[in-house]
Amino acid sequence: MKKLFSLMLAVLMVVGVLTGCSNGEKPSGEDTEKKLKIGVILVGDENEGYTYAHMVGLQQAAKANGLSDDQIIWKYSVGETQDCYDQAVDLVEQGCTAVFSNSYGHQQFMQQAASEYPDVQFVAATGDTAALSGLSNFSNAFTNVYESRYVSGIVAGMKLAELEAAGQIPAESYKDGKVLIGYVGAYPYAEVVSGFTAFFLGVKSVFENVTMEVIYTNSWFNLVAEGETANTLMADHCVIIGQHADSTGAPAAVEAALANGTVAYSVGYNVDMLEAAPNAALTSATNNWGVYYTYAFKQVVEGKKIDTNWAQGYESDAVAITKLGPNCAPGTQEAVDKAIAEIKAGTLHVFDTSTWTVNGEHLSELKIDLTGDFDTDDAEDKNAIYDGYFHESEFRSAPSFSVIIDGIFEK
Amino acid sequence: MANRQPILRIRKNEERSFLSKLLIKVIFIGIALLISALFINLVTKLDPLKVYASMFRGAFSTTRRTWITIRDTALLLSIAVGLTPAFKMKFWNTGAEGQILVGGLVTAAMMIYLGDKLPSGVILLLSFVGSAIAGAIWGFIPAYFKARYNTNETLFTLMMNYVGIQIVEFFVDVWDKKQSHSVGVINATNQAGWFPSIFGQQYLLNIIIVAVLTIAVYVYIKYSKHGYEVTVTGESENTARYTGINVPNVIIRTMLLSGAICGLAGFTEVAGISHTISVKTSGGRGFTAIIAAWLAKLNPIVMIIYSFLIVFLNKGAVQIASDFNLNEYASNIISAILLFCILASEFFTNYEVIFRHKEEH
Repeated sequence: MKKLFSLMLAVLMVVGVLTGCSNGEKPSGEDTEKKLKIGVILVGDENEGYTYAHMVGLQQAAKANGLSDDQIIWKYSVGETQDCYDQAVDLVEQGCTAVFSNSYGHQQFMQQAASEYPDVQFVAATGDTAALSGLSNFSNAFTNVYESRYVSGIVAGMKLAELEAAGQIPAESYKDGKVLIGYVGAYPYAEVVSGFTAFFLGVKSVFENVTMEVIYTNSWFNLVAEGETANTLMADHCVIIGQHADSTGAPAAVEAALANGTVAYSVGYNVDMLEAAPNAALTSATNNWGVYYTYAFKQVVEGKKIDTNWAQGYESDAVAITKLGPNCAPGTQEAVDKAIAEIKAGTLHVFDTSTWTVNGEHLSELKIDLTGDFDTDDAEDKNAIYDGYFHESEFRSAPSFSVIIDGIFEK
Repeated sequence: MANRQPILRIRKNEERSFLSKLLIKVIFIGIALLISALFINLVTKLDPLKVYASMFRGAFSTTRRTWITIRDTALLLSIAVGLTPAFKMKFWNTGAEGQILVGGLVTAAMMIYLGDKLPSGVILLLSFVGSAIAGAIWGFIPAYFKARYNTNETLFTLMMNYVGIQIVEFFVDVWDKKQSHSVGVINATNQAGWFPSIFGQQYLLNIIIVAVLTIAVYVYIKYSKHGYEVTVTGESENTARYTGINVPNVIIRTMLLSGAICGLAGFTEVAGISHTISVKTSGGRGFTAIIAAWLAKLNPIVMIIYSFLIVFLNKGAVQIASDFNLNEYASNIISAILLFCILASEFFTNYEVIFRHKEEH
């Protein structure tokens, strides 16, 4: 039996090695051999909103750079495990000169691959360790989604002003004289804190008399938990429900409550929520990944290095808000357009220090962690407040604003 | 009176030769490929042969892919082999996930705490022993309660998985320095505690370890006195008791072994493949291995084939998604058809169908 076993193992290996050598199937023709190829590692597939948004962006980028279908190699549903590393190396072996991944958890495996294949560019989108890694072929990218969150806050603020003018905000919704709004957060990480602070400041820029309650779901995507969290916030009489979580759970819950007579409206994330909440959805803050991928693909095509820490927002239309819902207050579009124009012109800064305080004081210094150890006492850590505003995503692409400002409370 | 017989009868047939069994299997795999081809063609309008070729490429088209396929086969096989002694005893160990995780956790701990203190070889040896002990403990606890209080081992081992998962979650947070909820690649710079390459092959050691384990378990079950006691206990506890076998002893001893081997699978995964630890380290293989073990009827040698088949289908699924944009549902259906046909073939290898007109002796 031992003989049989070793025979079988031998056969298996021979089959493997033979096919490995002989079956090196390359698309026919000499020229295809030299064709540029780009590999893409995705955490999900088109059935999952987050990945879908990336896929749309990648397809736009391929088209804009004149890349054909067979020049992009897609790997779907790749977990945040060793599998990511295996697939990255597989893509390199298939001749890709650049490999992109779209989920935060892919980052460590991308970095490992990057350290082993210095001739290939690796990009971990939404990651944060590229600058620290010291690898010249490894980069991160993030959109300045805080800008579109600020603008979506303006939409919510306009609604609050309209409701108050019409006397429709119930008495219970006033907490210490301020109108209460709510926010469904994913994790208590800087990415989320930066996002809800921007949203809150957007609301405040229109409607000053406001306070915000934040509850975390401890998940990026959890339909049920997000719906339940929205319900909890509405039970506390929050009038607006914002979110940094990927599902339609919260907007759907708000729609149901609105239908039952509760005064509540939703501001979503990533995708247009009008389908899930046709009456309650005001708008959503979104990313337009096509802008980044078009830039990155162009660099690859031209054989140039992709920016280690790419972060852009309205300046290149890498962020946006979705179509305004039917229940938005009159004049919202004009206010939105004005704010976007000011952000683009550089006259409006989302984290303008004159608009917010911490423990009653305007900050003049806020250090951010640039060494990756999540404290800010290293020599490399820098102060990001100067010229009157907090410079978000300028030292590294991932968001770093992580203080809780006055008016916001976590629950 | 005429001996009226039903049109078709089913009779147990235990005397089929190895070759005829093999033939039946091959026929049914052929049927599975045909049904899948029909499905592929009707639903996706693709050429089934191209899809099959693509699946094959996913597993074998480069030397590296071939090695990864063999590596993953070995990993799944080691777990199936680990489950074998317990299953042979009809002790339903559904706790391989937890046993793998604690084995992997101990390995990761050795790598993290000893990485700059001891030579790599010593760390490997300590990890090997430590992971086996950790897995054995995870096997011992439910076995003890089964032997002593006759608790339900299926539920008990299953629940031990969750304990393992939570402990790993805890240590991921302890070792995570970036608030990213991941440990990252451990000892990336000095590779301390990593499996060394043998003859330039990164994964050869994984395969050698699993090959040795497989043969050892085969011999243990088939030729050792312990193995005989396990088999008898599995067939009938009363018989075992009557013949003087100490049943509680056998249960505990066998689960120590089963857990230890699964713990070693965790060692292979962490030190030999991923060099990190997370709750995804076990990746559901603790359950998938049950399929491999059962299809092989608990024969460790036959498990090589089924472990390979399952891994092959996985690799193929990734490739057809990449080549034809067929998502995982499509490949799940193909896998399901194949597994279903293999199960159906089991029926025909064990029984024969007799028609009325056929002469019977």
